[in-house]
Amino acid sequence: MDAAIAIRELRVVRGGTLVLPGISVSVERGLVTGLLGPSGSGKSTLIRAVVGVQIVEGGEVSVLGLPAGAAELRSRVGYVTQTPAVYADLSVRENLTYFARVLSAPQARVAEVIDRVDLGGEANRLVGRLSGGQRARVSLATALLNEPEVLVLDEPTVGLDPVLRRDLWDFFHELADGGTTLLVSSHVMDEAARCDRLLLLREGRILAALTPDALLERTHATDLDGAFLRLIEGGEAA
Amino acid sequence: MSLSRTLATAARVIGQLRRDPRTVALLLVVPCVLILLVDQLFAGRKQVFQQVGVPMLGLFPLISMFLVTSITMLRERTSGTLERLLTTPLRKLDLLLGYGIAFALVAVVQATIVSIVGFGLLDLQAGNSKAVVVLLAVANAVLGMAFGLFVSAFARTEFQAVQFMPAFVLPQILLCGLFVARDQMADWLQWVSAALPLTYSFDALDRAAHDASLGGRFWADVGVTLGATALALGLGAATLRRRTP
Repeated sequence: MDAAIAIRELRVVRGGTLVLPGISVSVERGLVTGLLGPSGSGKSTLIRAVVGVQIVEGGEVSVLGLPAGAAELRSRVGYVTQTPAVYADLSVRENLTYFARVLSAPQARVAEVIDRVDLGGEANRLVGRLSGGQRARVSLATALLNEPEVLVLDEPTVGLDPVLRRDLWDFFHELADGGTTLLVSSHVMDEAARCDRLLLLREGRILAALTPDALLERTHATDLDGAFLRLIEGGEAA
Repeated sequence: MSLSRTLATAARVIGQLRRDPRTVALLLVVPCVLILLVDQLFAGRKQVFQQVGVPMLGLFPLISMFLVTSITMLRERTSGTLERLLTTPLRKLDLLLGYGIAFALVAVVQATIVSIVGFGLLDLQAGNSKAVVVLLAVANAVLGMAFGLFVSAFARTEFQAVQFMPAFVLPQILLCGLFVARDQMADWLQWVSAALPLTYSFDALDRAAHDASLGGRFWADVGVTLGATALALGLGAATLRRRTP
């Protein structure tokens, strides 16, 4: 089967700095793929290229067989930005009602996604009055409204408490079991264990693309943090 | 474009304003207070008040909507909601028209209230053209909105966005003919004035106030105002980039 996302020789320069020097990688359908790497490694840039909002210097990014950012993809790809992209001066419900109309999702979905991200009690509160974690969940909820085939999430679990984080990862797997392709970025290696597949990014280069088990096996490390370290050191030695 | 997405956007923008009753109160009360002030300023000179008062009714919405739009759109750009929206099926035109409809509606309310004060309470005269003055006020509001949208692309912070008011709108008000008749200006100022859209909006209001027949020049003024609005919206649309660095 085709990959959901195929990136070839992607080259991105931001503010005079070469952020992605030409990477090639693919994301398989129906899996939760983790994009792991320290801050500044180029994760957000890669994600922005996948959803088609990043000006790129060269290379190709295709999503579901179409060029990234194509008009046909806009209802098929969901994007959750790193900082919550919701209106602080509207309530949770008003935000979702608006996004539902923009995405042509049935209004009944609004209540469903509010429950899904566990904000039933806050539906009528202004987003500006919510905690950072709650706001992030409103932003996530907007991307769930139209049940996109590909869901791209930029650090969705930052600032969430461990219980919520666990629930969210369980939820990502539920979506993947239903056929959704997820690309989730994170800078926390703990979360790598929750992914079906990993893309390890450092200084704009893909260090490895493999399963968490394969990573442990390959590096003979006992935990994923250690594995990442060995990979970096090994890479520099080689 | 999609009517449903356009209307959803208009409803959302109005919803945001509704959550800010202080801004709404300022939008509606301040113009009334200012027109009362001008009335008192020219208490003994009814003729001068008549000269200044009618164009003021029509120009308030332009200033208000310029400010409100430039800040709202700047927030949309900096908070990431614009980037997010542009990854959805929402088209730029849906967004622009949504803003246009929302602020035009606000302008209808604003212009109607100030007109009631001006025409009803302060005895301003515009012959049979009172409704025309209100309509011109709405057209000016949309023009101000289009300006605000465009300049929001050049502001990084709300401080900068606010400064565009004196930089962008004030010169147009000074040169439009409200303070000094255009034929009494230095030649080069007349040329500058002729290139500024507000000159034509002012002229239309001035004619509506004095000449009930609304001749060809009036319609030419209206044409220029609408054309300038379309141009500013086009330029504004060009600043809504789907892909950014």
